[in-house]
Amino acid sequence: MEKCRIVMSGSGGQGVITASVILAEAAVIFEGLIAVQSQAYGPEARGGAARSDVIISDSEIHFPKVTQPNVLVCLTQTAYNKFFPIIRPGGLLLTDTRYVTTERKVDAKQIELPMYNQVMEKIGNPVVLNICMLGALISLRNIVKPESILKILEERLPANSIQMNRNALELGISLGENLK
Amino acid sequence: MKNQIKFVQGNEACVEAALYAGLDFFAGYPITPSTEIAEHMAVRLPQIGGRFLQMEDEIASLCAIIGASLTGNKVMTATSGPGFSLMQEALGYAIMTEIPCVIVNVQRGGPSTGLPTHASQGDINQARWGTHGDHAIIALTASNHQDLFDITVEAFNLAETYRTPVILMLDEITGHMRERLHIPKPGKIPIVSRLKTSVKQGVDYHPYLPREDGRLPMSDFGGIHRYNVTGLFHDMWGFPTDNPQIVHGLLRHLLDKIGNNVHLIAKYKEYYLEDATTILVSYGSSARSALHLVNNRRNRGERLGLLELQTLWPFPYGIVREKCANARHVLVVEMNMGQILREVKIAVEDPEKVFLANRIDGMFITPTDIRNILRLIQGKGV
Repeated sequence: MEKCRIVMSGSGGQGVITASVILAEAAVIFEGLIAVQSQAYGPEARGGAARSDVIISDSEIHFPKVTQPNVLVCLTQTAYNKFFPIIRPGGLLLTDTRYVTTERKVDAKQIELPMYNQVMEKIGNPVVLNICMLGALISLRNIVKPESILKILEERLPANSIQMNRNALELGISLGENLK
Repeated sequence: MKNQIKFVQGNEACVEAALYAGLDFFAGYPITPSTEIAEHMAVRLPQIGGRFLQMEDEIASLCAIIGASLTGNKVMTATSGPGFSLMQEALGYAIMTEIPCVIVNVQRGGPSTGLPTHASQGDINQARWGTHGDHAIIALTASNHQDLFDITVEAFNLAETYRTPVILMLDEITGHMRERLHIPKPGKIPIVSRLKTSVKQGVDYHPYLPREDGRLPMSDFGGIHRYNVTGLFHDMWGFPTDNPQIVHGLLRHLLDKIGNNVHLIAKYKEYYLEDATTILVSYGSSARSALHLVNNRRNRGERLGLLELQTLWPFPYGIVREKCANARHVLVVEMNMGQILREVKIAVEDPEKVFLANRIDGMFITPTDIRNILRLIQGKGV
């Protein structure tokens, strides 16, 4: 498999780091792949810019940072403004229509999805926006199987929130599928 | 088998390794970027019958583990630069009293409170010379989680073998990064247990009288023997003395027990050194960028090699001299102003051929950063 270099960005508290960890963990534990996840953030617990870098590959990864992602996710305008120029030509740029207004055309597949609006309409809790985004991502790019993500969610989450996260994952997958 | 494979932060790998090595007691004061060590320890240690104590500060943390070690426990604390500064006094005490303990410093940018969430390797010389007086110290590091696991176990083994504090020098990158960790089966990595005295109750026990091999068997403090422990120069009973002969003998013992065993303590990894004309010397997270570059340039036929140091102190001068003997250029890759560069220059026969590739802005040094400096010293321009 070709190295998949992912940058997920947003505001601290939106769950982009959690989402990236779930994705990388699913790849390592259930798909036998090699993955490295690292993050950059400021001292604040909420707010501030959060960025998580994930590399997924079938061979050893030494340098853990992503300089030019082939998958870039931006969940805030600030993150989009900061990171859109680093996308690898031909890559995938995924943004949320409520938080991000895309301004420029980049040499990449630009996908704008109403993830936040759909999550609020169908599920009613913004906390699962990150899982919806993961669903959309894995349906647009076959990085890992949905079952692998589900298994990680089942291991990590309290029993009473698993169904909500499963719904969010499926919602994201259907949003992605509609574009195919 | 699934549970043996984990996808974890380096800090968590360090915790699992400490438990594997037989840790009984952890006392600490959380500080970024080492906090996850205390966090995971608070969950994991009680599960196996150990004790976790959150202290009021880092001074108390190191003092608490020193006391616990003396009573027969394997102990550890974890901190970052600001806390490591506070620990220097007690560190000297543990060196002088020869009490085994492991201190983790997950480095962040300094001086002072510096850059809490960013990467640096600026405390390497503090690990060597932070506490006052002539002394020897062991400091180790690793660049990936599997090595970090092994090195953490090694830290406990060396602490017991040489009755000394051992410092584990991690950094924000290795501490926070997540990657795969395979936890070895119990027994796969040998564990060194506490060497305890065979002197019976009621018979005189000399806590500071070395055996012929230089080792000092311990008696659990508060157990069957009464003895004194002091940071002052002391005799074989542990009582203070200023007798020049005893003072000289004790200081030589403290220096030689580590200095004479560098060949046993030194750990390193080497990549493509046989025919390398340019050798990168690196350690910790920086070695990941160095290895990335070396693999990359090897694919293009460049004769580049990497010497990755895992033992920083005592510095393995002999190994560095031997490995770098035939290199035209030696490039030390680290995230500070050249703390290991200085030692490499001392080690090699021709210090003029040693250069520094560094970064001191809190950002992780990239393979491109190293390549640009490499091109400059090779006269190729950037």
